Amino acid sequence: MAEQQPVLLANVHRPDSEKITTYVRHGGYTALRKALKTDPEEIIAEVKASGLKGRGGAGFPTGTKWDFMPKDAPVKYLAVNTDEGEPGTFKDRLIVERDPHSILEGVIISAYAIGAHRAFVYIRGEFFLGVKRWIKAISDAYQHGFLGRDILGSGFDLDVSVHRGAGAYICGEETAMIESLEGKRGVPRAKPPYPAQSGMWSKPTLVQNVETLANIPHIILKGARWHSGIGTKESKGVKIFCVSGHVNRPGNFELPLGTRLKDIIFEHAGGVRMGRSVKAIIPGGASTPIIGADRISTPMAFETLKAAGTALGTGAVIVMDETTDMVEVVRRTTRFFVHESCGNCLPCRVGGKRMLEHLERLAAGTGTARDIEDLEYLAQGIYGQTFCPMGTGMVEPILSGLRLFRDEFEGKVKSN
Amino acid sequence: MESRNVSKKPEGRAIIDPAKRSMLLAALYVAQEHNGYLTRDAVHQVAKRLGLTDSEVYSTASFYTLFRTEPVGRHVIQVCEGLSCYLNEGAERVVDYVGAKLGIKPGETTGDGRFTLETVQCLASCGTAPAMRVNDQLYENLSPASIDDILERLMGEV
Ligand SMILES: Cc1cc2nc3c(=O)[nH]c(=O)nc-3n(C[C@H](O)[C@H](O)[C@H](O)COP(=O)(O)O)c2cc1C
Ligand code: SF4
Ligand code: FES
Repeated sequence: MAEQQPVLLANVHRPDSEKITTYVRHGGYTALRKALKTDPEEIIAEVKASGLKGRGGAGFPTGTKWDFMPKDAPVKYLAVNTDEGEPGTFKDRLIVERDPHSILEGVIISAYAIGAHRAFVYIRGEFFLGVKRWIKAISDAYQHGFLGRDILGSGFDLDVSVHRGAGAYICGEETAMIESLEGKRGVPRAKPPYPAQSGMWSKPTLVQNVETLANIPHIILKGARWHSGIGTKESKGVKIFCVSGHVNRPGNFELPLGTRLKDIIFEHAGGVRMGRSVKAIIPGGASTPIIGADRISTPMAFETLKAAGTALGTGAVIVMDETTDMVEVVRRTTRFFVHESCGNCLPCRVGGKRMLEHLERLAAGTGTARDIEDLEYLAQGIYGQTFCPMGTGMVEPILSGLRLFRDEFEGKVKSN
Repeated sequence: MESRNVSKKPEGRAIIDPAKRSMLLAALYVAQEHNGYLTRDAVHQVAKRLGLTDSEVYSTASFYTLFRTEPVGRHVIQVCEGLSCYLNEGAERVVDYVGAKLGIKPGETTGDGRFTLETVQCLASCGTAPAMRVNDQLYENLSPASIDDILERLMGEV
């Protein structure tokens, strides 16, 4: 694969990268000027043709989602998902803190394309600096005429406001986020109707991840062809991979989709610490199935990871070396999801607690073979049976952990 | 307009203004600022301004971990206990280290009311683990030495 100039992370290391002047000096907001002179339908077609898929975890084709937004609805909204809470993921925070205008430009173009005049930025409550950066970026954009009435003389109006979440992972799920934006408890809604049909205050609402939105200006400027020329058959463009765990150089790496896992770990993240070997990898954040070192040649793309029994998720690669206690890993991810369960549905609320009890006993060395059996039975029963995808995300590491490292679970069982 | 979550006042009329209600989280942040937690009076004031009942406000606030209904220390230390922090010698090790220095366990506040120690989930700093937050400030790549520095600075504050 040809060496790729950074696209999404081109600005983040510049001094004063968050400032509007820096952004504009390096070509920022030229995509917006171009877009405002283009027919919205044409922009939607371009984004569709680019093959861009959502970077928030679900990987839904972005252009298709834009097309779902009813053309004739008088009021439509855009909701910008900056809730980043999936363990292992730390890319959205980087873009918001260091290059918020790259997202904002994507927001304005997207709103124009779908005909929304109101956008809501939802940001994780813990991201204090991110909140400040979002607010500053938006107020500077108003001053420069990129927001407000008659943007750059195009006749298009857009207002954007910032809304802080308050410490609830589930509010990253799009319908829970909408509830939270409406000032309620972040309990997911039933789908359908999808937000594109009925979202905030029952109006059609486009929910988009910030990394997804940051791709939009580049697609407008360089074209769908450019974008679809990067990546694999079903995974186009570049992706920010967040690498953490037992590696020498953890961090965010922007690479073409389809880059092999082992190249990400060894070339970009500097290999495994202390020269140890890889034991297991979580390739897409804590709700994606764990894979073993035998899968290390897998290209990081939607279709190839699916074929390997896992998922691209948010592109958060957590590397675990040979010394890692896999029962502890599974206990820890489960504890996270149990803590974050919204409590709306029984399998996730109660099943999660029971599974954690089994895992706590096993991790403490007081468990029995029965704990493993019951854990597996519950996890299989919960899989696919929860109100929202979080409950299934909770059991992915459990089921894959049991499948790959059963001997470690059995090794923890009390020997009498 | 959707009918869910619309409260009926005794006179039987739905009175919730959805645009007002959407201000609730922001209002709770403001209400919490002064005392560090939501006093009964603060909740009541928010409810009154937004046309909600106190219990609707409590119900919503209780969903979110960043809203508190109990007093906390002046400095709230939140140590990440997520997977990547654990893999990088963080999580419990940091919790124990900070806890030993302050003489408290997670969930507790020092006797002088200055520090509260809590554990939290992934802070999106996994690439710079271990991580913790103190009030609104994020601290990354923690080591015993850097934790000493942070705590000493906070202890020196009046
Ligand atoms: C439990 C759960 C948590 C989620 N958290 C986030 C999040 O923090 N950020 C995000 O962008 N998407 C998150 N999502 C995905 C969103 O529901 C939605 O698919 C996404 O924001 C759509 O944007 P995209 O198409 O640009 O990816 C989450 C989904 C689930 C089920
Ligand atoms: S699966 Fe969990 S998070 Fe999702 S609705 Fe059910 S209880 Fe809530
Ligand atoms: S696991 Fe600690 S910041 Fe992500």
